[in-house]
Parts: sequence; C-alpha cells; structure tokens
Amino acid sequence: MSGDVIVQQLVNGITLGGLYALIALGYTLVYGIMLMINFAHSEMFMAGGYVGLFVLKALTNEAWVGAGTVGFFTGGVFGLIVLFLIVFLSAAILVGILGVVIERFAYRPLRHAPRLAPLISAIGVSIFLQNAVLLWVDSKALPFPAVMPVVTVFKAGGVTVNSLQILILVTTLLLLAFLDTFVSKTRIGKAMRATSQDRDAAGLMGIDINQVIGLAFFIGPALGGIAGVFHGMYYGSVKFDMGFLPGMKSFTAAVIGGIGNLRGAMLGGFVLGILESLAAGFLSAGYKDVVAFAILILVLIFRPGGLLGESVVEKV
Amino acid sequence: MGGSKMDIRTKVSSRKATTKQKIIYALIALFVVLVPVIFQGIGQLFLVRIMGVVGLYVMLALGLNIVVGFAGLLDLGYIAFYAMGAYVGVIVGDIMLKAFGASFGPWVYFASLPVAALAAAATGIALGTPVLRLRGDYLAIVTLGFGEIVRILITNDVFGLTNGPAGLPRSGQNIPEPFGLLWLREHAVFSIGDNFNFQFSNNLYWYFIAVLLCLLTIFIVRRLDDSRLGRSWTAMREDEVAAASVGINITTAKLWAFSLGAVWGGVAGLTFANFQQFVSPESFTFMESVFVVCIVVLGGMGSIPGAIIGAIAIQGIPELIRGLAQSGILPLDPGQASLMSNYRYLVFGLVMVIMMAVRPQGIWPSARRAMELHPDDEKIQNEESQSLWEAEHKTETADHDL
Repeated sequence: MSGDVIVQQLVNGITLGGLYALIALGYTLVYGIMLMINFAHSEMFMAGGYVGLFVLKALTNEAWVGAGTVGFFTGGVFGLIVLFLIVFLSAAILVGILGVVIERFAYRPLRHAPRLAPLISAIGVSIFLQNAVLLWVDSKALPFPAVMPVVTVFKAGGVTVNSLQILILVTTLLLLAFLDTFVSKTRIGKAMRATSQDRDAAGLMGIDINQVIGLAFFIGPALGGIAGVFHGMYYGSVKFDMGFLPGMKSFTAAVIGGIGNLRGAMLGGFVLGILESLAAGFLSAGYKDVVAFAILILVLIFRPGGLLGESVVEKV
Repeated sequence: MGGSKMDIRTKVSSRKATTKQKIIYALIALFVVLVPVIFQGIGQLFLVRIMGVVGLYVMLALGLNIVVGFAGLLDLGYIAFYAMGAYVGVIVGDIMLKAFGASFGPWVYFASLPVAALAAAATGIALGTPVLRLRGDYLAIVTLGFGEIVRILITNDVFGLTNGPAGLPRSGQNIPEPFGLLWLREHAVFSIGDNFNFQFSNNLYWYFIAVLLCLLTIFIVRRLDDSRLGRSWTAMREDEVAAASVGINITTAKLWAFSLGAVWGGVAGLTFANFQQFVSPESFTFMESVFVVCIVVLGGMGSIPGAIIGAIAIQGIPELIRGLAQSGILPLDPGQASLMSNYRYLVFGLVMVIMMAVRPQGIWPSARRAMELHPDDEKIQNEESQSLWEAEHKTETADHDL
C-alpha cells in the first residue's frame, strides 16, 4: 500500500472516527449515570438520519415552503448554513425527545431491577424502532439529497480532503468541547457527575435524579441524531438498519476510551475509526467489521477499564 | 427469617408424577405423535414442517436456558454455536462420505452429530475462557461481537471451507438422507377413506428426530438443574461474589455453562442443516440470537416448560399464521400475510419491553427465578423487616437483662 493510500485512509478514518465519537458520547453519558448499556442508542443514530432527511426534504420542497424560501436556502452560502442549522437542530431536538420518552417508558420502571432487565428492554426498544421504520417509513435505503455541495478543500498527490469531512471533524470537536465544559463547569453538570458517582447519595443531597437522567437521555440521543444526519450526508443514504454496525462500533469506541469517560469516548472513536479504515485498506473491506469486533473483545478482556477509564472493582 | 414461605427447596421432592400429571403427560405425548401424522395424512405438509422447526427452537431455547436461565450469563451470540454445529457437521459429514463411500450415507448425520456437538462445546469454551471476568452487560456485548465475527467469517468463506454466502452443500453435492428415511417412506404408507393418505415424509422424519432430541435435552437439563453443578449455577447467578466465597469454582461453573449450552446449539444446528438440506450464513444473523433470547425471556428464564411455550409462541404462531394464509385456509391475501410476518418483530420488541416491566419472570417461570426477579416484592420485604424488628427487640431486651 502506497503512502498516499495510507494517508487517505487516515483521513477517512478520522472522519469516521468523528462520527463514532459523537455516538460513543451517548453510550458513555448514559453508562456513566445509569450503569446500563443503552442498546437502543444505535436506533437514535438511525432516527437522526431519518429526521434530518425529512426536514431537509420538507425545507427544500417548493410546494411546502414556497419557491422563495427554497431559493434562499439553496441560493447562497448563508442560506445553506441556515438550512443545515435547522436540519441539525431539529434532528438533535426530536431525537433527544425520543430518547427521553424511551427512558421514561422502557427504562425507568426497571431502575431497581436486576442488571440484565434494562438491557433486554433496550434490545426490545431497538428491535421495535428498527421495525417501526421498516414498516411505516420504508424498507429500502432512501437517498439523502446532496443539497450541500461537497468541495475538495485540500488535494496533494492521491490524498483529498473535502468540505464535508472537515465539517464533521470540526462539529464533533466543538460539540465535545461544549459537552466537556457543560459537565465540568455548570451546576447541572456537577449534578450529573454527582449522580454518576453515587445516585442515592446525590438524591439525598437534593439533586433531582430524574431530571439528571432525563438530561443524559436527551443529550446522548441528540448527539447520536446529529451523527445520524452526518452519516446520511456522508454516505448519501439512510436505511432502517443503518444503526446496528455504527452503534456497536461506537460502543466499542466508548469501551476503548473507558466507558463513563467523555474524553475517553472521543479518543476511542478516533482510534477505532482510524484502525478500521487502515484494516479496510490493508486487509479486505469484508473483514473490517471483524477487526472492530475483535478490538472490542480484546479491550474488554485485557483492559476493561479502557484507555482513560479507571478499573471498577466490584463491591460486595 | 420469614418462615417456611421464604424457604425455597429444590424441586426434587415434587418430582414424582401424580396420576393427574401422568394423564397430562400421556395426552401431551399422544398429541405430539398423532397431530403431525394427521397433518401429514390430510396433506397439510407445511404444518408438519412448522412443528419440526418449533422443535428445533425448543432445543435451542433449552440450550440457551442453561446459559441465561441457570447460570445467569446473557449470551447474545448463541446463534454462533448453532452455526458451528451446522457447518462443522456438514463439512465433517462430507469428509466422512468421501472417506467411507456412498454406502456410509445413511449414517453420516448420526456420526457427525457428536462431532458437531464437540465442535460447538469447544467453541463455547474458547469463547468462555477469555470472558470469564466480565460482568453481565459486558459479557452480553462480547458474545454479540463473537456471534457477528463467526457470521462474517462464514460469509467471507474462511479457509475456503464455508463456500461464502452461497452456503453448503456446494452445487453438485448434497447432504445424504439419514438412516431409515427411505425405508419409512416406502413402507409407512396407508390410507383411511379418500381424504386421508398418509405417506412418511422428510419433514416428519426430522420432526420426530427433533422431538427425540428435545426429550433427551429435557431429561438432561432437569438432571442438571438439580445437580451439584446446577446448584452452583444458581448460587453464581444470585451472587457471584458470595458463591465464590463459599467455595464454588466460578471458572469451572461458567465454562460448563457455556460449553453445555453450546452443545445443544451445535446439535440443533446440524439437525437444522439436515432438515433444510442446506445451510447458509443468512440463518445466523444477530436477529436469530435475539429470537432465541426472546423465547427464553418470554417463556421464563430457567424454566423448561417456559422454553417450550416461548418457542411455540414466538416461532410457531407467526409461522402458523403465515402458513395458513399461504395455503388459503385463512382468508388473507399474500400482502396481508407478509405484513403479519413483518409485524412480528415489531411485536417482539414491544413484548420484550413490556415483559421486563410487567412480568420479568416470563409466562411460565421457575419458582425460584420468579422470586429473584421480584426482589422488592412487598410481602417478602415486609416479612424481612418484621423479622429484623423482632431480632432488634430481642437483643434490646437481652441487653436489659444484662
């Protein structure tokens, strides 16, 4: 493999890693507070892709919003920025609300149940959402309209970097910085950290546990939803089962970084994205998923605490 | 503590069947044998087939029940063992056929059965060893990853053995018919009146094999549950640290659970491959694993009748509706029928969520498991606090006496 190809795969890997990191943040937030794997999180990502697609279609449909508005949105750079801000915000908010609703109905009744119960419930939610989209939306992949032009920003030899890749990377880094500040600096962030350390004690100190958990179930899915829109833009389509593999890989990313640790999830996302892209280049594309799953298993076995996490000792 | 109501004794004492139970068992046996024969006779072949498939799923569910129900280890990659059994069995069977000639054909299934079981058990140990230290939810994810790896490897035609997505047997080869099928097909033929023409069939053969294997499984699983190993599984499931501290070897107990569970997966897999006369990676997706988990959860973790009821409810009923619609007995057009089979996953998802919230112990739970899954049961809690209160007051009066 030539140097150019390796660098190109690195670029692709970083882009993919950004997406994984965004999704992984959702896993890690929920795990940090609830100590549960939100198996349905991959469906939040999928839902984000669909919400993004429908909002984008609605806003560029002349019959619905009028020719003038469509002209404004697609006419210039400013219009495009506004359009995509609306798309991303609506995806984030709607998927966030979906996350909160799921928490309320599927997980809250199980808060004191044995650990496997919420996991099974989450698998149920995941199957339900996938099949709801399959039955009530479409069973085939829907094309994601290329409203935003993708321009090559950088080109050297065989390596190209386009605007979408940069957008994904910048957005991911901004969102992480925002989330990191939010959790470490604000009052609610402090409440979240307290809840993740000891839920009962935090409740006794006057923290509204339900509010904190609800917030975690809003922010996580919202970020996942944004990742879903990016995924749709990057790969040009959305499908009902698009969540499963990225979801599993992002969980892997969260575990690599140390589940419960926000910066770890970010690091894990990029590490996994890069490793996977290199594996696709060096081995064959058919084995790249095997690489991701093998990394997951190896990390869980040899360093279950992850790169940045502390190892948790089971208390009696 | 709260007296004899809290005492959960092993079920050994109640294992002697009463007359009423004997009659029920006899009726079930009659049903299991006669119903498919009648279906075959009246020409409803798909019903026989569905019963065979349900039998296989009962076996799978009973196998997974060992891992999930008895040992409390959530395995989301159980279908990998099913795949191992199917592929190893078919490949080994092919080798046997080449080595011993075509006259060995009828014995291939029976000869490759132990090989498939052993291969699955070995896979179970290979998966079990590294994941021993993992907690419940991590374990679930690792087994999921393992199942996906197995499926992807098979799809990618690993070592040139599996023939990729096209499946086995390769074109020009076939899975030989098992012993006795040809004879039965020629000799087990009779008619009653004009509308009842019975001829023994492939489906019926595999149905009875599945039933026999299920009976064997139930026998062994019941013995296991009451064995020393079974009791250490219970202890481990309820509290691993406590179990280890009273001298239970957690490593051995977990490996036994994984390998024994895998054995049934492997046996069911090879039987499935023979039943279908074909095996391809499509049959071993993650959804299939979820399917089996769903059967166990819905039926009741750790419960044998639960696994059977779960298999009938989850595999049997949707297939039955689809089959009836296809044969025109139910007045559904093909669109409606396929819609129904699509909706079943939606319903499963919902059922899993609702069951966990409302009845986590399943439809027909094992008594002990039901108590575990309702630890906050008010009655028990009241009894406990009552006895605690009594104990405290006793010590108080004792202090006064001193």
